[in-house]
Amino acid sequence: MSTAETKRAEIKKVTSSASLILPPEGRLRLYRQMLLIRRFEEKAAQAFTQTKIKGFCHLYIGEEAVAVGSISVLQPQDAVITAYRDHGHAIASGMEIKPLMAELFGKATGCSKGKGGSMHFFSKEKNFFGGHGIVGGQTPLGAGLAFAQKYQGTNGVTLCYLGDGAVNQGAFHESLNIAALWKLPVIYIIENNQWSMGTSLARSSAGLPLVNRAHGYDMAGIVADGMDIDDVRAKTAEAVNLARTESQPTLMEIRTYRYRGHSMSDPGKYRTKEEIEKHLASDPIHLYKSRLLEQKITTDEALEKMDEEIKAEVQAAYDFAEESPEPEISSMYEDMLAPEDQIDEIPRGNYNHF
Amino acid sequence: MQTLTMRDALNQAMAEEMERDERVLLMGEEVAEYDGAYKISQGLLKRFGPKRVIDTPISESGFAGLAIGAATFGLRPIVEFMTWSFSLVAYDQIINNAGQIRYMSGGQFSVPIVFRGTAGGGLRVGATHSHTPENWYANVPALTVISPAFPDDAKGLLKSAIRSNNPVCFMENETLYGIKGEVPDSDTDLLTPIGKGRIRREGADITIVANSASTHRALEAAEKLAANGVNAEVIDLRTIKPYDFDMIAESVTKTHRLVIVEENKPFCGWGAQVAYDIQRKIFDELDAPIARVTGIDVPQPYNGHLERAVLPNDERIIAAVQDVLR
Repeated sequence: MSTAETKRAEIKKVTSSASLILPPEGRLRLYRQMLLIRRFEEKAAQAFTQTKIKGFCHLYIGEEAVAVGSISVLQPQDAVITAYRDHGHAIASGMEIKPLMAELFGKATGCSKGKGGSMHFFSKEKNFFGGHGIVGGQTPLGAGLAFAQKYQGTNGVTLCYLGDGAVNQGAFHESLNIAALWKLPVIYIIENNQWSMGTSLARSSAGLPLVNRAHGYDMAGIVADGMDIDDVRAKTAEAVNLARTESQPTLMEIRTYRYRGHSMSDPGKYRTKEEIEKHLASDPIHLYKSRLLEQKITTDEALEKMDEEIKAEVQAAYDFAEESPEPEISSMYEDMLAPEDQIDEIPRGNYNHF
Repeated sequence: MQTLTMRDALNQAMAEEMERDERVLLMGEEVAEYDGAYKISQGLLKRFGPKRVIDTPISESGFAGLAIGAATFGLRPIVEFMTWSFSLVAYDQIINNAGQIRYMSGGQFSVPIVFRGTAGGGLRVGATHSHTPENWYANVPALTVISPAFPDDAKGLLKSAIRSNNPVCFMENETLYGIKGEVPDSDTDLLTPIGKGRIRREGADITIVANSASTHRALEAAEKLAANGVNAEVIDLRTIKPYDFDMIAESVTKTHRLVIVEENKPFCGWGAQVAYDIQRKIFDELDAPIARVTGIDVPQPYNGHLERAVLPNDERIIAAVQDVLR
């Protein structure tokens, strides 16, 4: 009840982990992945305007360094879960883009067999746990993935992403509390793109900066520059190290910017041209490109060639999606229930009469 | 055979399954150090330790969601809600996540989880604590809903639920925790089939279908009816979804009359589904329109006199039977 004397906990200092310096091919791989996401999203936008993609389609353009940088420091036993702006995380987790584009087209060859759509990408093989449509609803799941990792002693960690618009959902606060209380190896990454749909950060959240929310739960809190992939990598590696070696959660606020509207249906009239241009000047892909060129890791010509290859790869994914079959109507009934193997199959009534 | 209370039968079910499978764990409010708000988990902390019997903060959305996430990654959690009424703050997790992750992922991720706790009225705890939400969860395509009425069924169905690879909502009833019944000894691996009803009283004149506490009300009413020469068959449905249509149909083919007793509110209560299916599929077997005795369509009142009138009771059941027999 006494608030006057309540002291704000200091954000815990985290120790820097081992060197993150990558060999040139590793750095080029990061660049390639960011560019692949960018080109994939541009193609998705085009397909959406052609009405080949319906429903909601939330693009990740401008935020590529966040997913690529953070996921690049993971190991194979680690897990990733995010919200509905999930194309970038899926690609950064190593999913092939053909089944992703096919999923956007709602085709049988999609990663979720056309049942999930843009917001619900999943890959069990890549430990990519979705793709979740309800704002903040994935945050308890993220704690649960880390709980399972700790329970099973896999030494794995979980990255759970959320947008700045999700920080005021109760489920998120419940998750932070339990993660800190039970010392779960989870890193909550707020991708702060400054707009929750059309509502600015200043109009939606008290107690800025958002990383301050770590205080209340005595968690480590880290801010990273989401336009700089090297900074994202370094800061995420600190958090991952803390989770892996001490089983401590971290709250990260990674500051980024989405260049497009909230979804394809959003013209984004709430933002000024100047604001967008300011952020375009710090484009994460251009920034990293300049760095690679400065360091003479590559040449303009080589990157140009890479871009052409990526464009061809994305076009092939588009063609694959377009040529793929629609799911059979009968597939509607499949994939809802897991087969039983410890009890007899449960006789399921048919409640569909017509 | 052993004679057990419903409480001890449920406890045995969890203990046996935790003994058998390391992946099974229990979490919820007061399940560990307090030994369970209703003592269903009594002794489990001592036996299995704090890694597997876990006290949670009062944070249903958080721990229900956490358990769902853990289930998608190889564990088989049992989540205790102190009452199902409190599951409402975890509704998004249960419906959108437990209920849909498998489908939305094209079948990649399964959710082997049991949500369990007490549901229903009759304890004078008022409107917020007396919900009977079988029908709310049964409306979600992938959720299985179980509500036993006797100790043997409680044990065997909970064990089956824990071994299911799919999400199960297991609704107990506090008014039944103390009732005793014969349960097969623990050397029998009691796996009661999910989706099968059980005839608890045979009769030829009318079929009464009920579940949970309402089964006991139906049996009481059947005894009174027998004194007046009406011989009612009472089916305990045990599983609400998927429910045992064939057992009801077979009984109605014999009696030609059906009364459904449920604590759900009348509008879209589970009995509405049963009534629809029966009239649709075996209309010609019915000699009279089906009657439903439900919870009265008002929030649960605190006053005992009022609450008794809101819940299905033997007077209302007998009135319904007499109406159908007329």
